[in-house]
Amino acid sequence: MNKQRRTVLKSGGTLGLVGLLVGLGLLTTQQAWAEWNKAAFDAQSLSDALKSLGVVAVPATSSDILMTIPEVVEDGALVPVAVESRIDNTRMLSLLVEKNPNALAASFTFPEGTEPYLATRLKMDQSCDVLALVKTDGGFFMARKMVIVIQGGCGG
Amino acid sequence: MIKSSKISAVHRNGMTEVRLLMSHDMETGLRKDNAGSLIPAWHITEVEVACQGRSVFKAQFGSAVSKNPHLVFRFRGGAKGDVISVSWIDNRGNTRRDEGTIS
Repeated sequence: MNKQRRTVLKSGGTLGLVGLLVGLGLLTTQQAWAEWNKAAFDAQSLSDALKSLGVVAVPATSSDILMTIPEVVEDGALVPVAVESRIDNTRMLSLLVEKNPNALAASFTFPEGTEPYLATRLKMDQSCDVLALVKTDGGFFMARKMVIVIQGGCGG
Repeated sequence: MIKSSKISAVHRNGMTEVRLLMSHDMETGLRKDNAGSLIPAWHITEVEVACQGRSVFKAQFGSAVSKNPHLVFRFRGGAKGDVISVSWIDNRGNTRRDEGTIS
């Protein structure tokens, strides 16, 4: 009896401590998700999206950003895109589709030790340029490639 | 219907290549249902991948990432048997975490 009471008291005390730590912000119950750049993803035009990503002047075009995209795609809902940056200290890569209803499609961050390479699939509303924006310690760089889309993939 | 993420991670010559397929509708908010009303936007907003608890990759998605998002990336290090965890959250606050191992 007495032993059980001790156990209950002990576990109650532990729960209290956890609650206190969570309350103080020293311990989080789940991963913190707070990086989503709402302004940039909500922006409609390419220029507004770039502004919200922190781009002030038009970034220099770089041949060290290699984009692999088909020149013509049947289905705009599934456009395979691969990008590799050979620029030193590439920290972040964003993919933008010039004429989509919202230009910014996705942004990727590469921690130390991760290659500045990425492959994914995007939706394209119509034929236009796809842009790869690279953020490095030395500023922004860009590459673009025209893609012809037969059937739009945004459902508009 | 949200199912588990498919994770493939292969280590070769000091480099680990991770291939992911996440299960999500990724609605743009521009499509209409049969009755002609807009289907609300519903898409993953953030993804984080960790190897043995160390963050190796982060992504932010808009609605222009294709349905059932597919990602490929590479990081230095990792070893056979290391645990790769993939977590995501969508714009409705749904979250999911799945694990795989490096082969």
